[in-house]
Amino acid sequence: MKTRVHLLLGSLGAALIAFALASPRVIAADKVDPVADAKAFQNFFFQKFPNVKHEDFVNGPYSMNEDMKRQWQEKEEFPPYEFALDAGKEMFATPFKNGKTYADCFPNGGIGIRQNYPYFDTKEGKVITLELALNRCREANGEAPYSYVKDEMASLTAYMAYTSRGKLMDIKIPDDPRALAAFENGKRYFYTRRGQMNFSCASCHVQSPGERIRAETLAPALGILNAMPIYRSEWSGMGTTSRRFVTCNSQTRAVPLEPQSDEYRDVEYFLSYVANGLPISGPGARP
Amino acid sequence: MTAFPCKPALLVALALLTGATVAPARAQSTVAEGQKLAFDRGKGNCLTCHVIKGGDLPGTIGPELKDLRAKYPDRNELVAIIFDETKRNPQTMMPPFGRNRILTEQEINAIVDFLQTL
Repeated sequence: MKTRVHLLLGSLGAALIAFALASPRVIAADKVDPVADAKAFQNFFFQKFPNVKHEDFVNGPYSMNEDMKRQWQEKEEFPPYEFALDAGKEMFATPFKNGKTYADCFPNGGIGIRQNYPYFDTKEGKVITLELALNRCREANGEAPYSYVKDEMASLTAYMAYTSRGKLMDIKIPDDPRALAAFENGKRYFYTRRGQMNFSCASCHVQSPGERIRAETLAPALGILNAMPIYRSEWSGMGTTSRRFVTCNSQTRAVPLEPQSDEYRDVEYFLSYVANGLPISGPGARP
Repeated sequence: MTAFPCKPALLVALALLTGATVAPARAQSTVAEGQKLAFDRGKGNCLTCHVIKGGDLPGTIGPELKDLRAKYPDRNELVAIIFDETKRNPQTMMPPFGRNRILTEQEINAIVDFLQTL
């Protein structure tokens, strides 16, 4: 009996020691650590493509292929997003019916601030993207919201991105468990396989950037949103971040979410945060 | 009712006869059908990721599809890969064509017939 108690105590002790030794590592792995995530995310791409300049990742497929890059640079002389850019500039300066303008809704009059979006609103407890902020601005001033995927929204965000070109992505995660949860939720969405094709966002844009699907070169996930909005030849027009997410889902035969749904906003938060330090390059042009 | 016992035997005989004469032609047509499915963007779409002889603008994600009879002497292996490659390799990009019902069993078999000619 006594030996059995000793044995029991002994094994309990061993278990406790093992737990004490193992638990700090387990806790570290389970803890949401955006700083470590961003570092690992960037290093993955920097190591996978040692010849690509870090600031070049924001140019999507053109950073992966020299020939494509040369063609694109020529195209940039007369960029296909120019009409949208001009329209956006004009819209931005045109007052609403109540006399106010978009500039009244944003810090620094909306100029050179693209790199700070999306941000986490601690009052609301949610991620606020630039597209969302633009429509809220319109509604607050008695105007009807725009479609999130193209046209006016793409023009407005094109202009706001253009005034921010070269500024480094600077997304903050405030000390708020809900902000961490939003980051984590976006990360989970990004890495989860879904749809009939069983792809995650990461399948194409982390596992296979630079590879081709038929004639199309897959873009790296790092800096992919820095170029938004984009003129896409495949779309024969401009598209926003919302459009990019929706078409990615439908092309892989998954069910797209509503533009600016909480999950899309969280994905945008995650993807933008891990691109911190890379320049804004939007509006962009893509095949 | 009285004729009933004869029927199955007759049917079997008929099936055997037609099977014997039609078999080579049928194999030929499943190879052609398999190639069509393999190149079809809405179906197998193999060309999106694999180099395949006879296909234009192939993708680069998967290995070239050639010498498959030598690599996979057992056709069931190929069927299994197309049906659900994540079983063998959880990290694979390859969609589980059978499990997610992108292709029917018959379509997978036709594609395997085609792959074995490469």
